[in-house]
Amino acid sequence: MSVTLPILILAIPLFMFLLLGIGGVKMSRKLAGILGITALGAVAVISYYVAFTYFFSGDSLFIDDGVRQQCQMFDVTWLAFTDRMVVNIGFLLDPISAMMLVVITTISFMVHLYSWGYMEHEPGFQRYYAFLALFTFSMLGLVVATNIFQMYIFWELVGVSSYLLIGFFYKLPSAVSASKKAFIVTRFADLFMLIGILVLSYYVSNAPADGPLGSASAFNFQMLNNNAGVIANTVVGATFMSGSVLTWAMVLIFVGGMGKSAMLPLHIWLPDAMEGPTPVSALIHAATMVVAGVYLVARFFPLYCIVPDSLTFITIVGAITAFYAAVVACTQIDIKRVLAFSTISQIAFMMVSLGVAYNQPIEGVHYSGLGYMASMFHLFTHAMFKALLFLGAGALIHAVHSNDYTKMGGLRKYMPITHWTFLIGCLAIAGIPPFSGFFSKDEMLAAMYNNHWFWGAWMSMVAGLTAFYMFRLYYLIFWWEENPEYKKEGHKPHDAPWQMSVPLIFLAAVSCVAGFIPFGEFVTYNGEPYHIHLETPVAVTSIVIALLAIGLATVMYAKKNPLPAKFKNAMPGLWKAAHHRFYWDEIYQFVTHKIIFNIICRSIAWFDRHVIDGTMNALAYVTNFFSVKIKGMQSGYVQAYVLWYFAGALVLAVITWICLI
Amino acid sequence: MFFGNILIWFVVVPILMLAGLALCGQNNMKAIRGVMVTCSTVLLGMSIWLVCDFLAQRAAGNQAEMLWMDSWMWYKPLNIHLAVGVDGISVLMLLLTSIIVFAGTFASWKINPLPKNFFLWYSLLSTGVYGFFISIDMFTMFMFYEVALIPMYLLIGVWGTGRKEYSAMKLTLMLMGGSAFLMLGLLGIYWHGTPEGMPHTWNILEISHYGNIDYGWQNLLFVFTFVGFGVLGAMFPFHTWSPDGHACAPTAVSMLHAGVLMKLGGYGCFRIAIFLLPHAANELAWIFIILTGISIVYGAFSACVQTDLKYINAYSSVSHCGMVLFALLMLNTTAMTGAILQMLSHGLMTALFFALIGMIYGRTHTRDIRQMGGLMKIMPYLGVCYMIAGFASLGLPGMSGFVAEMTIFFGSFEHADMFHRIFVIAATTSIVITAVYILRVVGKLILGPVQDEHHLSLTDATWWERLSTVTLIACLAGIGFFPNWLSETIQHSFKPIVDALAMAI
Repeated sequence: MSVTLPILILAIPLFMFLLLGIGGVKMSRKLAGILGITALGAVAVISYYVAFTYFFSGDSLFIDDGVRQQCQMFDVTWLAFTDRMVVNIGFLLDPISAMMLVVITTISFMVHLYSWGYMEHEPGFQRYYAFLALFTFSMLGLVVATNIFQMYIFWELVGVSSYLLIGFFYKLPSAVSASKKAFIVTRFADLFMLIGILVLSYYVSNAPADGPLGSASAFNFQMLNNNAGVIANTVVGATFMSGSVLTWAMVLIFVGGMGKSAMLPLHIWLPDAMEGPTPVSALIHAATMVVAGVYLVARFFPLYCIVPDSLTFITIVGAITAFYAAVVACTQIDIKRVLAFSTISQIAFMMVSLGVAYNQPIEGVHYSGLGYMASMFHLFTHAMFKALLFLGAGALIHAVHSNDYTKMGGLRKYMPITHWTFLIGCLAIAGIPPFSGFFSKDEMLAAMYNNHWFWGAWMSMVAGLTAFYMFRLYYLIFWWEENPEYKKEGHKPHDAPWQMSVPLIFLAAVSCVAGFIPFGEFVTYNGEPYHIHLETPVAVTSIVIALLAIGLATVMYAKKNPLPAKFKNAMPGLWKAAHHRFYWDEIYQFVTHKIIFNIICRSIAWFDRHVIDGTMNALAYVTNFFSVKIKGMQSGYVQAYVLWYFAGALVLAVITWICLI
Repeated sequence: MFFGNILIWFVVVPILMLAGLALCGQNNMKAIRGVMVTCSTVLLGMSIWLVCDFLAQRAAGNQAEMLWMDSWMWYKPLNIHLAVGVDGISVLMLLLTSIIVFAGTFASWKINPLPKNFFLWYSLLSTGVYGFFISIDMFTMFMFYEVALIPMYLLIGVWGTGRKEYSAMKLTLMLMGGSAFLMLGLLGIYWHGTPEGMPHTWNILEISHYGNIDYGWQNLLFVFTFVGFGVLGAMFPFHTWSPDGHACAPTAVSMLHAGVLMKLGGYGCFRIAIFLLPHAANELAWIFIILTGISIVYGAFSACVQTDLKYINAYSSVSHCGMVLFALLMLNTTAMTGAILQMLSHGLMTALFFALIGMIYGRTHTRDIRQMGGLMKIMPYLGVCYMIAGFASLGLPGMSGFVAEMTIFFGSFEHADMFHRIFVIAATTSIVITAVYILRVVGKLILGPVQDEHHLSLTDATWWERLSTVTLIACLAGIGFFPNWLSETIQHSFKPIVDALAMAI
């Protein structure tokens, strides 16, 4: 494969962004939409071709002796800080990046198509497509990064595209503040990531050039991952607060991933990000950008494995977040927020799965890296069914003009396509066979049980909660009680136009069959194929738990009945706290507004105006004061001068006299 | 031979510009604009040619420390020369100056009252800046520095807004106070810079070759020169002229002042204080690292609560220029390269900001962000430009700010001791605080609902405003996309300075 195709994958979306961004104003909506969709279609085709070639061509560049290789298609210098710290922009092709190319371009293409229907009447249609292209470019650049700094560059770029798209309806104050929040929270997390990169690259770049690391750039993923052992044992010898500096660096880098992937306590931006257009939520805040944290850990997996404390940290953060988000999702009213919390919970699932995947064999070679494969598998299936659910939610919102499930109910008769596809999405995420989520979740749970029974049991419980809140949502939207509004003239909800239905049907079909992909043949932590087989005990347990949870949801929500209200009243405190997302937003609000803004910033500004500037003004006043006093001496009166003359002479005489004595 | 040196023309053309303007009628806008546009275009062309030729000469293997060196005796008894010569950093600074003078000309297309006098002072100011960057004789450098400062007083005092007399006076007095320190420092270097038996010299290169200043004197002189230049570089606690000065200055003056004049401070700091007094730089850097470290965070926090657009950008400049000096004090090639990149980036970005603020103020007649909102709907072009400037300021990849800040952080992190680590990490937090105040302004001013219905009738940018902003944005993005040639040029030019520092440990 030549280098042209990888360049095109990045260049087409960037060019589309510039074209639509600069020339969009002069373009008709239709032309902008067609251009955007065609370009993305082309990128998708090229990406499929590249991924297909990578996985199936058998080229020795890509697969050697049955082991899949990492291959830098191109890598050009962008900026050289020093000889050893060189930032390259390149294209790394390996199992996970090839998989991500497929995921991103598929979802992005679906969203482009869907948006044509969804955004039809919105002003700024051209701008919207420009931003989508920018996002696609940034996300593709992120996943194919050959070095951590390139990843950081695109990491920031996806952040800004997310900011632009969340704030797309820029006249709404809520959208503006949500986009601001998203950007600042992730920027705050990126600060830690930057410090982590600084620490890591400092040690690596100062290692002797004739040592095992050679003189390669300190940012390069391949170099870092291949020499994980050397780096941990000899290069980074220092400790900080009784932990190895490498552990600290890896944890700091992971904090950046926590920000993007909305892990507790940096999750607060994601629910608010639902202010953006729904297709954007499907693309960015469900399928692609929010899994960047998972991707980051997977990308650096050998380095994380060499410092197992960091993996434990990831596991704990993931486990807490998964549970927290699942509980909160049970109490939300806005359907997009339920899906947002569900996304947080599912990403946390992937994190835990990575956290339990030690590199070293546990109970034999068989399980090593299972969690890694499972996590990537779930990333893939989740992207498909969560995008499906969000696009379904978009179709509902399009029909009902509200995000609120209390305005819905009984919609199955009116919107059959949306209903069936949404149901498939719910079954997939709940983990019912033969839908895709079942297979990936089963592998993840198997990996967790293999690490420690506690993680397995804990995450099985979260999986049960997932099934419950998803079917609660499903029933409340499509069953429960029909909203009387629908009977009114002109308020009858109907299925979306074809541009929106096609992506729904396509993604539903993918969610039905994706589970049967022999994923382990393609993506594993070390490139060697792994044969997936169902863990019967784990599979049976999780199916039973899921069915029980769905059963409970059916009892409570299939028909209008007083049970949910009873539950709510039985534990009002807990319900209220969960409904308010355990007050995280209020805590942040307090810290940022009351403490940082009002106390720190205001006092600094006051200090500057009154103390620092006051001193400067005081200098001027003192000078002025004395000059006013002294200027009286230059009065022009000869008598006064004579008086001063004699007074001075007298003083001098007295002094002379005293000295002489 | 005098006019055979291209560098001299960087002073001659602005003087011709002055003469041309002097011949124009007071209100003959056509002639005034004609002179200004012609001369600033010529200067821009010359700067671009200079950069290209410089790179070509370097590529051809010309390894001289400075290029186009020349020297003419000016005042024999004190051995003062008009000595010129440029390295990679100075040519980039000349280019920056030309870009901003060019953009500033278009930004003040409709200046009122007394357009002729305004442009006369404006040209004089740029003469000083150009002269400063081409000089390698400390005395002429100082003279040009003063030439650049004085017009400021009149430009703010006459064409400013708000409390203009107060601010003009404050700015001039504080900067003059700085120059007083600086003069002492320069005299000290002059008297102590040459070995016994040699004639005293003002020439920077000669003094550095002698390396004769003893360590005790170096410490004293370093404080004098660094503080002297630091005042112009808005170093805490000598930065308070900047918010008031910028707030009251007319658009083009703010642009030139924040864009170029503040860079004179940073330029002088490394060209004189660090280069000529390397031992003291090694010894005393920590004091100024504390001060500039405070500047970075303090300026950013102060910017968060301001309500006047110009105050926000003035405090933001305190933070960004603090970063310049901070990086210079790290005394290694990477960080210092970052400092120069930051100078270029900040120069272009702040010029863009002040240009946009001037354009917005010219329409809404207020700079208070509480009284405006939703400008994107009314003037989309200016709104988009403001957002781009904001993104450049908060260090978005693809813009110059990111390149500069990252180079600074990675260079500064080379120091492994706890003191440096703490200050570098404190400095990195500014990327978050910057995001906070930039997005706060963008959210209130550009996005959101329209605040004042009278604003709905306002118009978007005119062609000259578009030309001015597009020039600056193109440069910002150009550096952001292709930083490596710049970085290499600058790194190479720092070699003598880093060598001097290494020798003097």
